[in-house]
Amino acid sequence: MTTTLPAIDWVRDAQRALGTRAPRWLSAHRAEALAAFEAAGFPSTRDESYRFTNVGAVAATTFALASPEVDGADAVAAANEIRDSAATAVVVNGCFDETLSAFGDLPLGVVVDGLANALDTEGSTAHDIATGLETAGLPFALLNAAFLEDGVHVVVPEGAVLTSPIQVVVVTMGADAPVMAHPRLVIDAGAQSQATVVVSFVGGGTSAYLTNAVTQVRLGEGAVLELVIDQREAAHATHVHHLHATCRAGAILHSRAVSLGGRLVRNDLSAVLAGEGAHASIDGVYLADDDELVDNHTSIDHAVAHCTSHEIYKGILAGKSRAVFNGRILVRPDAQKTDSKQTNRALLLSDDATINSNPQLEIFADDVKCTHGAAVGQLDEDALFYLQARGLTPAQARDLLLHAFVGEVLAEISVPELRVALEHRLFSRINRYLA
Amino acid sequence: MLEIKGLTAKVAEAEILHGIELTVQAGEVHAIMGPNGSGKSTLARVLAGHPGYEVTGGSITYKGEDLLALAADERARKGVFMAFQYPVEIPGVNNAYFLKAALNATRKEHGLEELDAIDFLTLVKQEAKRLHMDESMLQRSVNEGFSGGEKKRNEIFHMAVLQPSLAVLDETDSGLDIDALRIVSEGVNALRGPDRAFIVVTHYQRLLEYIVPDHVHVLSEGRIVRSGGRELALELEAKGYGWLDTAAAGARQ
Repeated sequence: MTTTLPAIDWVRDAQRALGTRAPRWLSAHRAEALAAFEAAGFPSTRDESYRFTNVGAVAATTFALASPEVDGADAVAAANEIRDSAATAVVVNGCFDETLSAFGDLPLGVVVDGLANALDTEGSTAHDIATGLETAGLPFALLNAAFLEDGVHVVVPEGAVLTSPIQVVVVTMGADAPVMAHPRLVIDAGAQSQATVVVSFVGGGTSAYLTNAVTQVRLGEGAVLELVIDQREAAHATHVHHLHATCRAGAILHSRAVSLGGRLVRNDLSAVLAGEGAHASIDGVYLADDDELVDNHTSIDHAVAHCTSHEIYKGILAGKSRAVFNGRILVRPDAQKTDSKQTNRALLLSDDATINSNPQLEIFADDVKCTHGAAVGQLDEDALFYLQARGLTPAQARDLLLHAFVGEVLAEISVPELRVALEHRLFSRINRYLA
Repeated sequence: MLEIKGLTAKVAEAEILHGIELTVQAGEVHAIMGPNGSGKSTLARVLAGHPGYEVTGGSITYKGEDLLALAADERARKGVFMAFQYPVEIPGVNNAYFLKAALNATRKEHGLEELDAIDFLTLVKQEAKRLHMDESMLQRSVNEGFSGGEKKRNEIFHMAVLQPSLAVLDETDSGLDIDALRIVSEGVNALRGPDRAFIVVTHYQRLLEYIVPDHVHVLSEGRIVRSGGRELALELEAKGYGWLDTAAAGARQ
């Protein structure tokens, strides 16, 4: 039996909309990525990493390149929940929007800017990081490379300690026809620096749209970076995000992803612990309802000895929604004394919701500690009864248990007003599911 | 306060209670004793409104109201409290926060103003102290990682804060050492009063040395086969439950 793949001429057509004024190296980079993408096509469910996630509907939709000439002001205003951000960088339909962005008194050497400016300088760090994106096994990241144009560039210089968070708001807005955007975020945290970066993905418009983002993070020796992903795309969105982080010796990455929106959501998170003593905590909370699909593929690469990782993902699924969790932990032969813990839990609020959960431990060192656990189920009946037997109504008891379920992840977010806003959004959505 | 008539109940498909008759007046302490599997805990859970138990016949009247028509949470807000035999561990739910929600739900039911955080804290600290409870237990997750004794103490602590009218203690003595047993009993005795009644479910006479009952009932195969005063408990202690087989057989005829 042969399967006819949908024609993807629209990808090439859309790429032409980028114009021809790009520098020669960038045109070559895009062309190379496009050729590779066209050769492979969109992934099918025969690809192991897309076994449970059918992106056929994406391939079959003609997405035009979203125009940056739209007004994202309302969407940005709605997204802005952080009182004292050090800076807010806004990307509208893939392009940095300077007028909507705001910069306070950034400490000396801190850069928060559009990526296009930095890309233009061949040999710059941003240029090297962006063009050095590894796309093997990541078809959407390859697609993002084929459309590399702009995004946000953040540099926290060596030793800088930022006490207020940097906010990045990524807006994708359609109009009458399906549109897509391929924003690229590059975050370079220097040695011994400390910072919090909050990336909010928001959407607007009425047509289907695709946000296909790539975030590349580099943590220097001893750097501490908290990265909060606040994903609240519109219900008709397809959201694909590849996050790649490399941690040098002693660096600490806290990734906290809250995924609330989108009809189809695919996150590929890859953290490489490349220097001894590095630590990554990779946490996520996601919600899905109706026929939505949320797919989290995470990969933590213990490349050297004495690194630790802690991962916890929690999902709440209602309606006929589906979730996929694939948690790969790679411990390379030299990575002795690795300490890694992975937990994946899902609550199914309806009989029709499903999750495919797959821990993928590849351990090639012998003196390591790796644990993983998965639990899928309903709210604990015994706990519900206990709470009600003390006088709480069934709704109060349920809410208390749901708060406790996601609280473990939310409590770690260091920006109080963001934590409150995220919790509020989570629960107004959960209450809608349960109504 | 409480009148149980001809109560029959089943769990899964098995009938456990075969016609319970019991009247409890305000101010009284009733002990329910009996061997394992006699239906003691089933009776406690039916009183609390556990959804796993189905009442198939009879009636329970509480303060003149049909108790069986009320859901578990409604019963609790109207003053029926059950101390669990196996208190449930609830990770992520703060003990004090939960208790405040429970207390305010009950106060609201009775038309009282909700307690604010400061008044609540004053109250719980006082009760915790009386029960020799480490204050850190207030800020931990409900029962999570508590020892067996701590869990039972926490149940009595909840009871002391919620001030129920009818308290059902389901084998509160199981798993308690003698010191904990004394502290828990003191907590219960401090709550005894003319407006409050207790049903103390226990397997052993020992607890009744500390919580002295007004009435003792012996449950066997889902029926109360004997009732008496405190001396009945001592008789059971001496003779064991073995003689009940014949008594139960007699009761069925």
